[in-house]
Amino acid sequence: MTSTVTEAAVAADTATTTLTLSKAINSGLRRALADDDRVVIMGEDVGTLGGVFRVTDGLQAEFGKDRVIDTPLAESGIIGTAVGLAYRGYRPVCEIQFDGFIYPGFDQIVAQVAKLHYRSGGTVSMPITIRVPFGGGIGAVEHHSESPEGYFTHTSGLRVVSCSNPQDAHTMIRQAIASDDPVLFFEPKRRYWTKGDVTENLTNALPLHRARVAREGTDVTLVTYGPLVMTALDAASAAADEGVSIEVIDLRSLSPLDMDTVTASVRKTGRVVITHEAQLNGGVGAELAASITERCFHWLEAAPARVTGFDTPYPPAALEEHFLPDLDRMLDAVDRVMGRENSLSGWSE
Amino acid sequence: MARSLATADDATTEILGEGDFVQLIDPDGTRVPNPRFDPWVEDVTDEQLVDLLEDMVVIRRIDTEATALQRQGELGLWPPLLGQEAAQIGSARALRSDDFIFPSYRENGVAYCRGVDYGDLLRIWRGQAHGGWDPHSINMAIPAVIIGAQSLHAVGYAMGIKREGDDTVAIAYFGDGATSQGDVNEAMVFAASFHVPVVFFCQNNQWAISEPVALQAKKHISDRSPGFGIPSLRVDGNDVLAVMAATRIATDRARSGEGPTFIEAVTYRMGPHTTSDDPTRYRTADEVAEWAAKDPISRLERLLESRGALSDEVRTRVDAKADAVAAELRNAVITMPEPAALSVFDHVYAEQNPWIERQRAQYAAYLESVEGGE
Repeated sequence: MTSTVTEAAVAADTATTTLTLSKAINSGLRRALADDDRVVIMGEDVGTLGGVFRVTDGLQAEFGKDRVIDTPLAESGIIGTAVGLAYRGYRPVCEIQFDGFIYPGFDQIVAQVAKLHYRSGGTVSMPITIRVPFGGGIGAVEHHSESPEGYFTHTSGLRVVSCSNPQDAHTMIRQAIASDDPVLFFEPKRRYWTKGDVTENLTNALPLHRARVAREGTDVTLVTYGPLVMTALDAASAAADEGVSIEVIDLRSLSPLDMDTVTASVRKTGRVVITHEAQLNGGVGAELAASITERCFHWLEAAPARVTGFDTPYPPAALEEHFLPDLDRMLDAVDRVMGRENSLSGWSE
Repeated sequence: MARSLATADDATTEILGEGDFVQLIDPDGTRVPNPRFDPWVEDVTDEQLVDLLEDMVVIRRIDTEATALQRQGELGLWPPLLGQEAAQIGSARALRSDDFIFPSYRENGVAYCRGVDYGDLLRIWRGQAHGGWDPHSINMAIPAVIIGAQSLHAVGYAMGIKREGDDTVAIAYFGDGATSQGDVNEAMVFAASFHVPVVFFCQNNQWAISEPVALQAKKHISDRSPGFGIPSLRVDGNDVLAVMAATRIATDRARSGEGPTFIEAVTYRMGPHTTSDDPTRYRTADEVAEWAAKDPISRLERLLESRGALSDEVRTRVDAKADAVAAELRNAVITMPEPAALSVFDHVYAEQNPWIERQRAQYAAYLESVEGGE
C-alpha cells in the first residue's frame, strides 16, 4: 500500500513538462549538479554565457563559478584537468563547443580518459562525461557540422551515446553523469530546438546501453541515432503511405551497441537499412552491418544497406543537403533491400 | 575555508631566487651559503643528510639492479634515473604524504620515497601491468608515458584541492622534452588562471632521447613560466639540499594560497633514455665525464665527511640497506606470477559492459576448446 503522501511525491517527481531538447539537457545537468556535489561542469563559454547553444544557461548563476567553470580555450586542457579532478573524486562534465573542436583533446580522451581504469588495474575510475554538439544541417562554417563519433566507438574504455529527443536527452545525460565509466555524449545540434514531453524521473527509463524501438514495423528495420531518428520516423510514415512497414530503431548507445534489440528486429523483418551522418568508411554502420550479418545471416532477405555521409570532408553549407542522408535517400535504400526495381542507386553492387 | 577558483588576480611572477642558479652544495662537497634558501633547510641535521644520502644510494641501487634484471631478460624495459637521484629524493622528501604526485615514467626514486611495493614498481617493466600500484594508497598516480600529459592531471587535481580549501599540494614531474608539449603549456595557463596549489617540477636532464635541451628551449626552461604568470626557480638538480629547499618554497607557496610554482632542476641523465637506447650515438664521452664530476651522491658524501658525519659504520649501514632492497626487489621480480589469460579483459570498464563480456566469454570458450583438444 502506498500512502497519500508518497503518491503525491511520486506525482510531483513524475510531472511532465514540455521542453526543447537543449532545455531538457539543461534540466538534467541542473539535477545532476543538485544531486551530487562532486559534479562540476567545465568548458568554453559555459558559465556567464550559458554555452553557445545555451545548454548550460543559468547553471553558473545557480551553482557558482566553482561548479560551472569557464575554462581557457584549450580542449586538451579541459579534458586533462577533468582527469585530475576525477583522480580527486569529482565527476566532471566537459563541454566541447563543437564536434570539429574535439581533436585537440583527442589524446587526453583516448590515452587517458578511456584507458586509465584499465591502465590502473581498476583502481582509478574516470566518471567523466564529455558533451559534444554534433552533426550538420544548420548551415554552419567548417568544423561546426562534423560527426566524429566513430573515432570514439573505436576506442575501448569509452561509452558513446547519442540522444534524439528531449526525454532521452534529459534521462541519458543524468545516466551518463552517474556512470562510473567515461561517456562521450553526442547531442544532435540541429534538434536542440525540438520540443517534447519530459518526465524528470521516469520509472521505466531504459538503461543507458539499451536501444529503443522508436516505431514498430514488419518489412524493413531502419537503424539510426541522434539527428536522423526524426528523419527516419518521417521516412517510416511516408513508406507506410505506400504500404511498406518500417521498424525504426534509435540506437541511443553506439558503444556498446545493443545488438540484442537490433538482432530481434532484423530477424523479424529480414531487411535492414543503417543510416548516419558520419562518413561511410569504418563508421558505426560498418560495425552494425558486420554484427548484423554475423547474427542474422540466415534471416536476411537482402544485404544490409547503408545510407551515410559521403567519404568526403563535411562540405560547405551550400552542399550539405547533398551530403546529409535525407528521407528520400533512406527510402531509396529501403526500396533496394525490398528488391524494388525503382531503386536508383544499386550501391550494394 | 574553500578558495574560489575564480580568484586569480594576486599572482606574482617575481623570480624567487637570487641569481640564476641556486646551489647549496657544490660538486666538491662545500656548503655554499645562500641567505634566501638557507632558512628553508636550516632544520636539516647531519643525521637527516645521512638519511638523504641513504635514499640516493638505495635508489641508485634499485636502478642498477633493475638495469641488470633487464639485461638478464627478467624485465622488458627500464628507464634509468642514474644521475637524477638528488632531483628525485630532494623533491620527494620535501613533500607531505598527503600531497599527490603525478609522475612521468622515470620517477622510480620518487615512488620509492612513497613506499611503493617493489613488485608493484617493477611489474610495469616486466610487461605485466600498465600501472603497478593503487594511486590512492600512496598518493601517487601511475606512470604517464605520453609526454607531459600528467601536468594537466596535476592541475585538475589541484583545482579540486583548492575548491575544498585543503592545504595539500599536487606536483607534476616531467622532463625538459615535455616543456615543448602543448599539454605542459596548457597546464601552466590553467594553473595560473585558476591560481591552484600545484608545483611543476621539471628535471632538465639535458636530453630527450637523442635531442638536446637546446632543441626544446632557446632560453633557460625556467624563463618560460613567468610569462604565464608563474614564478620559477632554477636550481642545481644534483644538489639534494637545493632541490629540497626549492620544493619546500614551492609547496609552502601552494599551501598558503599563493598558487603555482615552476622548478627547473638542472641535472643530467647519466644512462640511456631506456635500456633500449644507445646514447653513444648522440653525445660525447667528454660530456658524460663532465657531469660525472658533478655527481649528486659523491658531493653529499664529501660534505658529510668534512663534517665527520660519515663514519664507516654509517657507510656499512647504508650499503646493507641498499643490498637488502636490491635483494627484495630481485626476488619480487623473479617470483612474480604470470597474469591469467582472461585478465586481458579486466577493468576495461568500471561497470559491466555487455560488449566486453561477450568477447571474454567467446575467448574463454575458445581457450577451453583448444585446451580440451590437446
